[in-house]
Amino acid sequence: MSAGRIEQRFAALKAEGRAALITFITAGDPDEATSFEILRRLPAAGADLIELGVPFSDPMADGPTIEAAGHRALAAGITLQKILTLVRRFREHDGQTPIVLMGYYNPIYSYGVDAFLRDALDAGVDGLIVVDLPPEEDAELCLPAIKAGMRFIRLATPTTDDKRLPAVLAHASGFLYYVAVAGITGTASADAADLQDAIARIRRRTKLPIAVGFGVKEPNQAAAIAEFADGVVVGSAIVGIVAKHLDQTGRALPGLTDEVAAFVQSLAAAMQTSTAKRQTAHA
Amino acid sequence: MTASSLKPAANSLRAAPDAHGHFGIYGGRYVAETLMPLILEVEAAYEAARNDPAFWPEFDGLMTHYVGRPSPLYFAERLTAHLGGAKIYFKREELNHTGSHKVNNCIGQILLARRMGKPRIIAETGAGQHGVATATVAARFDLPCVVYMGAKDIARQQPNVFRMRLLGAEVRAVENGSKSLKDAMNEALRDWVANVHDTFYLIGTVAGPHPYPKMVRDFQSVIGREAKEQILAAEGRLPDSLVACVGGGSNAMGLFHPFLDDEGVKIYAVEAAGKGFHTGHHAAAIAGGRPGVLHGNRTYLLQTADGQIKEADSISAGLDYPGIGPEHAWLHDVGRVDYVLASDKEALEAFQVCSRLEGIIPALESAHAIAFVLREAPKLPKDHVMVVNLSGRGDKDIFTVASALGVKL
Repeated sequence: MSAGRIEQRFAALKAEGRAALITFITAGDPDEATSFEILRRLPAAGADLIELGVPFSDPMADGPTIEAAGHRALAAGITLQKILTLVRRFREHDGQTPIVLMGYYNPIYSYGVDAFLRDALDAGVDGLIVVDLPPEEDAELCLPAIKAGMRFIRLATPTTDDKRLPAVLAHASGFLYYVAVAGITGTASADAADLQDAIARIRRRTKLPIAVGFGVKEPNQAAAIAEFADGVVVGSAIVGIVAKHLDQTGRALPGLTDEVAAFVQSLAAAMQTSTAKRQTAHA
Repeated sequence: MTASSLKPAANSLRAAPDAHGHFGIYGGRYVAETLMPLILEVEAAYEAARNDPAFWPEFDGLMTHYVGRPSPLYFAERLTAHLGGAKIYFKREELNHTGSHKVNNCIGQILLARRMGKPRIIAETGAGQHGVATATVAARFDLPCVVYMGAKDIARQQPNVFRMRLLGAEVRAVENGSKSLKDAMNEALRDWVANVHDTFYLIGTVAGPHPYPKMVRDFQSVIGREAKEQILAAEGRLPDSLVACVGGGSNAMGLFHPFLDDEGVKIYAVEAAGKGFHTGHHAAAIAGGRPGVLHGNRTYLLQTADGQIKEADSISAGLDYPGIGPEHAWLHDVGRVDYVLASDKEALEAFQVCSRLEGIIPALESAHAIAFVLREAPKLPKDHVMVVNLSGRGDKDIFTVASALGVKL
């Protein structure tokens, strides 16, 4: 597999001794135009990688914040096709920042796996995180994606024990996403010491960069995790800012994109302070 | 039941699913990684249990002494005379403890939860029949129980909500989405993912990730095995047709499965056509859906062109689900089962006809099966033997029916 945007970005970050700030936003929330503005401003605000959430009517692994964002976006008319258009427009401005689509399988299955992989790669998507496709269903999308040159980012969780880990790592590419808590997005936060142990355990089995997500809400939490992980994912906290800046009919209030950018800047600034403290456990 | 009775020949329609839980292209295990180790644990525990000589005697004992099985196969003489065609038998699942077929599966799964040492039970419910059955077995086995139920269903199934609370279960209202069965299932999955270490998810229908569709079917197959023996005793031969309603499809799979290899037996599954199939407001996943992935399995789903799941619509809370069990999807594709329709209006009519002619108030779910009988039996010869699954009793539905008929209670 030749190095793509994801590999290049993690290699550059490693050279800087810095962990990646990975920001999640829900595509199309609260509407296409605002969502594009949020997306466009993320790299300048400090996002190293971007996860673009693909809304689904029944997001079983998400908490209320991201579920509500998905429903707002769907109500405003977002579709998978329009999300690919958002990515294509983003790529006109930014050729380097990796974009990973995150969501559930049915919209992709409905689009058609081969057509989706072709169109997504063509639009400039670098990787996929599909919550409801465990290794047991690799033939569906993971293997065709890897063959097409798309990275398939695997989730490891607190329930992924040593016996299970090889199955999870078998076809993992891009980076590994460690789900910090057994639960849904945007709820409980993990204990930093437990996390550190879990990351060390997984690092013995893979050379892939390891990012940590679920329950990371505050800049200081992100900074603490950045001391030992290769990336920190922040999602619900960003999406929650969007929710707070809507009028009663759900339209974006002035200043929404500024607020999101300011929060992302605060995350990036906090994580800068961890750079010096980063352990060199991963050679 | 014995372990060997669960092993059909390899070329049999009863041999599915394969080791990965696939019925043709349907089924599978489409769940979050957090759940996957537990799903594999449930599968291993179920395989061990079904092959354990000690498991089935305990199951059978509870079926006899707690549930009240076998349920009768009853010749519906007045309905038969009224329709003037096929000879109609009811499989009386509504006489089970808790008033529906749901308890068969709950007994099986609670025994499994106990074997696995899981001290907490969760469930989803639509009409409340599965919730009541789960609350019942949780009380009987002294395990705490949380039942997720859509807010819309809580409003229309008050008697069952009260029953569950009397039985000691906590009923949690689900306010998301369509506030009915699919949203209750989403919420139960969210609970499970956050409590994998101590919680057993007692799924109420033949859907969800493998091994649930197979396991629930196996527990419900007691319906078909009994019906087969009973009709042979009553008529000296197999029936000409079977009829059952389908939402997720557990009562139907339970009746159908033991007959799948009996080629002469026609099988009809009745989907809810809601306000009328042509209106788009229905719950007919086979008639109006296409294959997709939801709640852990691939099956027929009501969905938009963009793969978003649509809300189902039926007067019957138990059928108000945009999908159907994966084995049904496969049986439809291979042509073994005919999936047909009955509307809210037809079900309401059947509800009243059955009550007056047979002195049996059927559940609105089961009334969909009877609606098909009202339509088809008159066209059939008098020697046509038809077995209809009377899957539940209708006491829970009297408020809904009264309201639909414009009666104030």
